Amino acid sequence: MDSAAAALLGMGLAAAGFAGAGVGIGYIFGKMIEAVARQPEAEARVGKYMWIGFALVEAIALYGLVIAFIIMGLRK
Amino acid sequence: MAEDITPFKRKYESAMEESPLHPFELHNWIPISLGGLDISINKAVVIMWVVVSLVAVLMVMAGSARKLVPGKLQSMAEIMVDFIRGIIMDTMGKEGMRFFPLIATLFLFILFCNLIGLIPGSYTVTSQIVVTAVFACLVYGLSLVMGFLLHGVKFLGILVPPGTPAWLLPLMIPIELISQLARPISLAVRLFANMTAGHVILGVLFGLAISGGLLIGWLPFAFTIAMNGLEVGIAFIQAYIFTVLTCVYLGDAFHLHGHDEHAH
Repeated sequence: MDSAAAALLGMGLAAAGFAGAGVGIGYIFGKMIEAVARQPEAEARVGKYMWIGFALVEAIALYGLVIAFIIMGLRK
Repeated sequence: MAEDITPFKRKYESAMEESPLHPFELHNWIPISLGGLDISINKAVVIMWVVVSLVAVLMVMAGSARKLVPGKLQSMAEIMVDFIRGIIMDTMGKEGMRFFPLIATLFLFILFCNLIGLIPGSYTVTSQIVVTAVFACLVYGLSLVMGFLLHGVKFLGILVPPGTPAWLLPLMIPIELISQLARPISLAVRLFANMTAGHVILGVLFGLAISGGLLIGWLPFAFTIAMNGLEVGIAFIQAYIFTVLTCVYLGDAFHLHGHDEHAH
């Protein structure tokens, strides 16, 4: 295989990691809604942890992006 | 009709040819070298000066003419200070208020950098990993120094979660060591990658809007407007997350294993 084509494939594969982050973010928000529906007065406290968890999961997706950028830099 | 589309297509292809990271490149405006150290003035430096002076002027103006019934500016400053104090009290407790100046400065600087970057033609300073890495290393180094000053050698106990059986120690210590070392890296990469990714998405959508022409280009253009709104939210969330994690890391150094009443 052409090495340029392989680099493009690798960048695409790095982006596939977003699927996991999508599942994770959906899980976090779903659980948050569940928790608030059960105990509305806990919203402020649960919300703080939700945003932290959201950021942690989102960062993992962005590591994939960083890897894609690294491959892009190596391509030349 | 085909001739109408060709210039747009060419523009699109040339936009796709160049790297999506092209807008993040910095060019020296005034090259300065201090003993081999490159301290040139470029766009990021100027924007940082703008951010610092903006925050300083806003806060001094809000604080200089204090009234019992606050005006708009004073209310904004009070809400901001109250918000940051809430973060510190929740994660570190009362002793954490010693770090209020540091944490408020970090929060306001990152927030204003993120927000100023959204103005077209300006520059997002936090999309440079150098900036975020310096902040992350500063915060993590401070937490280590604080921990060793307060607890001495016992601070190494942070590598052993409470209640770990002895036979698990050879497994737990490397895992905890890695998770500790990943803290500054994840802190730096999170902010940098979020800002970079947001602006790359905006750039790609704008490229589509230009290449699409009037017929279909309004659709990606509408998306850019929606994405800009989302980016304002992300700017706030990322500044908040950076601040909260700073507080959590410093709080870990304060309350080893969270025995104190503040930890929960």
